[in-house]
Amino acid sequence: MSKKSFRQAVNEALAQEMRRDPRVIVMGEDVAGGLGAPGEDDAWGGPMGVTKGLMPEFGRERVLDTPITESGFIGAAIGAAATGLRPVADLMFVDFMGVCFDQIFNQAAKFRYMFGGKAVTPVVIRTMYGGGFRAASQHSQCLYPLFTHIPGLKVVIPSSAYDAKGLLIQAIRDDDPVIFFEHKMLYDDIDEVPDEAYTIPFGEANVLREGGDLTLVALGRMVKLAREAAESLARQGISCTVIDPRTTSPMDTDTILESVADTGRLVIVDEAHPRCGMAADISAIVAQEAFGALKAPIRMVTPPHTPVPFSPALEDAYLPTPARIIEAARRVMA
Amino acid sequence: MSGQITPIGMPKWGLAMTEGKVNAWLVAEGAAIAAGDDIVEIETSKITNVFESPVAGTLRRQVAQPGETLPVGALLGVVAEAAVDDAAIEAFVAQYRAHQAEIGSAEAAPEPVMVAAEGWTARVLRMGPDETAAAPLVLIHGFGGDLQNWQFNQPDLAAERAVYALDLPGHGGSSKVVAEGGVAALAASVWAALAALGLGRVHLAGHSLGGAIALRMALDQGARIASLTLICPAGLGPEINAGYIDGFVRAERRKEMKAAVETLFADPSLVSRDMIEDLLKYKRLDGVPAALRTIAAAAFADGVRASVMAPSLATLAVPVQVIWGAEDRIIPPAQAAAVDAARRHVLPGAGHMVHIERPAEVNRLIAAFVAAA
Repeated sequence: MSKKSFRQAVNEALAQEMRRDPRVIVMGEDVAGGLGAPGEDDAWGGPMGVTKGLMPEFGRERVLDTPITESGFIGAAIGAAATGLRPVADLMFVDFMGVCFDQIFNQAAKFRYMFGGKAVTPVVIRTMYGGGFRAASQHSQCLYPLFTHIPGLKVVIPSSAYDAKGLLIQAIRDDDPVIFFEHKMLYDDIDEVPDEAYTIPFGEANVLREGGDLTLVALGRMVKLAREAAESLARQGISCTVIDPRTTSPMDTDTILESVADTGRLVIVDEAHPRCGMAADISAIVAQEAFGALKAPIRMVTPPHTPVPFSPALEDAYLPTPARIIEAARRVMA
Repeated sequence: MSGQITPIGMPKWGLAMTEGKVNAWLVAEGAAIAAGDDIVEIETSKITNVFESPVAGTLRRQVAQPGETLPVGALLGVVAEAAVDDAAIEAFVAQYRAHQAEIGSAEAAPEPVMVAAEGWTARVLRMGPDETAAAPLVLIHGFGGDLQNWQFNQPDLAAERAVYALDLPGHGGSSKVVAEGGVAALAASVWAALAALGLGRVHLAGHSLGGAIALRMALDQGARIASLTLICPAGLGPEINAGYIDGFVRAERRKEMKAAVETLFADPSLVSRDMIEDLLKYKRLDGVPAALRTIAAAAFADGVRASVMAPSLATLAVPVQVIWGAEDRIIPPAQAAAVDAARRHVLPGAGHMVHIERPAEVNRLIAAFVAAA
């Protein structure tokens, strides 16, 4: 056990699975870096340095730099998965997914169903998401609700280095297509991460804190903010349960419903847009399944329904904050 | 003067503890206390426990207030004879605080090491004096546990002698490949670890499966075992809660794990969120579920009828005592009857994890028994 960053945790998961299983390959833009430029091998390891070190250990056969053509290499990864490899494709920013929706929505997500369970598509698409990086509206979206909406895809949103390693190894070993969301602002977060390989099952929420007054559900980077808010609320005499679903498809609705049955109050924190987002989805499930337990209306803490602003001042105002979570908590407690 | 003044510092329970919260003082300021009296209740993220006075005297100061969270080593209170004057107490508190501020939290806590033994790699935590003629004590945890199960015992027991706690094969930080999981095979693994540590004659204390292993070791090579303390041991009789073993092995989710682990304690409220999380983290490691299944099949299959060792106790030359929680729901305390009444201690209000639920009494029993052996 040792302290590792989220970046190291993802790197270690990739390296350990590549050592364990020769069918695991990594492909994407700059995952090796320096293709065709002598002396620059393994220069970058992707824009965040996550895949650094993989190319020297596993070679260019298994760590493939691709052209800047998401529609091409995502399709290639899905095809490789359908024919026996276990590719981990790196689609730098989730904002660029649009150009390969057909490969993902109509092909990867459908193979198992359309071929009567006779085909598996063990592909993982790693992708960065989220705001706070001053990267403007085309490089800051969350978009995980889009993928959650499609049956046949699994959607994973780790909130810590420990979860990132265990969920990524699970994703690589899973026989279905998995979209793995990494928040840009989490890469330097440090956590205790075992040196050994381990898996965290999909569809099992993490309960980070237990309290009787209020249930806070948060995803990805929002988990940190929810925890901070819960600590502050505890000092004010309001005790919160904090739940991180970890995966939105499958989603552990039982843990959320059981907690709401105890507390009767729910605040959901989601960095995705409020319309048809995860907060709206979880609200609908709780309203339908646990209406009788609710002592107050459900509250969602999300950005407004607009693109992510480029202006730093506006971006700060746009994103959820602990203060906004506390305000929402006070309103449901009132 | 300071020889008569004893500081009560925030204890360190377990490898991960860096701070603790003072829940409540159990003794009023100015009250006379005996050594071993419960004086303050402390809560960590993993467990709540009471701290006992190491000495007799008067609780002169409650320096820490209920609700305060303080780092390990921070001054909680002061015990001294009533004769010591207030000025001396004040000076002592000031001096202690100045010293704490100076050393900060840098005081080195013992860290476990990896030991390459024949056939496996053992994680071992050593505590106690560096050089001592006293035979060391070796602590062996139970099925699904690890060396941290002794967090309330090992520091206390290490006052007089070296105390080693190890992780069994497939457990904690030890190697996870378990070829053969029976009690005899695990006993051989522990012998190999003792050889790698260079330990000759030792005292053994084993809990649950660790008790069966310790007993097996005493039956194998009694001359090398100075004394044997069996805590809620497997192996004496045939009955064991197979539902628990199965539930623990199967549990992948928090709720399942909580239900299983609660049966270990007389007071299920001791099972914290962090305790469950740590167990799930352990069980998620590659190789662990397979190791646990191998051990469960070999050591517990068909109850433990295959390896009931109680009849062999009569021929055992090693002094043996047994400590049991009266409310043990895993292995029936009635099995303690295999040991002479004088060396049989069934503690009320405790379950299978008696060394966690009643650490002070368990520590006293082990310390006295080991010293007399």
